[in-house]
Amino acid sequence: MNAPVSPRHDVMRSQLGRARGLGSGHSGTGHWIAERVSAATLLPLSGWFVVQMFRLGGADYEDVAKWGGKPLNATMLSALVISSFYHAEVGLQVIVDDYVHGKAHVPAKFGVRFVTGLLGLLGVVAVLKLALGRPASKA
Amino acid sequence: MQDVREALYVGSRSDGTLIRRPMSPHLQVYKMRLSMFLSISNRITGVAATAGSALGVAWLAALAKGPKSFASARRITAHPLGQLILAGWIFSLVWHTVGGLRHFIWDAGQRDDKKSVNEDGPVAVGVIAGVGVTLAVALLGVSCCRAHGRAKLRKAS
Repeated sequence: MNAPVSPRHDVMRSQLGRARGLGSGHSGTGHWIAERVSAATLLPLSGWFVVQMFRLGGADYEDVAKWGGKPLNATMLSALVISSFYHAEVGLQVIVDDYVHGKAHVPAKFGVRFVTGLLGLLGVVAVLKLALGRPASKA
Repeated sequence: MQDVREALYVGSRSDGTLIRRPMSPHLQVYKMRLSMFLSISNRITGVAATAGSALGVAWLAALAKGPKSFASARRITAHPLGQLILAGWIFSLVWHTVGGLRHFIWDAGQRDDKKSVNEDGPVAVGVIAGVGVTLAVALLGVSCCRAHGRAKLRKAS
């Protein structure tokens, strides 16, 4: 593992010169605050969701669909979905930053944003459909 | 050389040839302590909670799609394996929430010295176990009872 590997120079500039001054990207604080704010938002929303699940667990399709179609429930649900996946996006990005190095770093970060974004969007679209349009029921 | 941090590993021999300096041991030289375990588990449960939330969104999508797909989702959540996954999701959410609350306390500048962190760790474990088990058992139990009750009612009518 510690066998001498001759490092390759891509540029004329010394490696230390390339690394110096890269200590801060000058955007870390915003990311940190975003993580905390979304976490704080999730606390009451998750509490609400737990209460709703106690009321709803094991209920029939009609009851659950009716529940999701109510404006207040739909608002809370979409707020929960948006904050959940925003918080997930912000948190998973830090994990990628810490553990995924080299060529895979940028694709992994992009993948995290893509997947969490799509999942959040799917949740919101599902809630909107429940709230705004009657699902296609055969009955 | 892909990562600029690698640049800091470059050293040179006395004859001028460049070498990659060895990395000192770090993780493996420390005994695992509760604070370390709770720190890394906060990340792991965050990932697990995200995976569970993805399934939650799938449940919402099934609900929005219609009665047929909701019935399929119900079959999955009623299956013992589905119940186990649901319990795991609840547990990782509780775990990650407790970890997050501790972070809020530390961010406020409270209880972040070594002594307090070591005192609060076991308390956090207790809260996670207590709230996690209670919530999982209560939620899954209530849902199961209600589903059975409805099924019986439907059969009777």
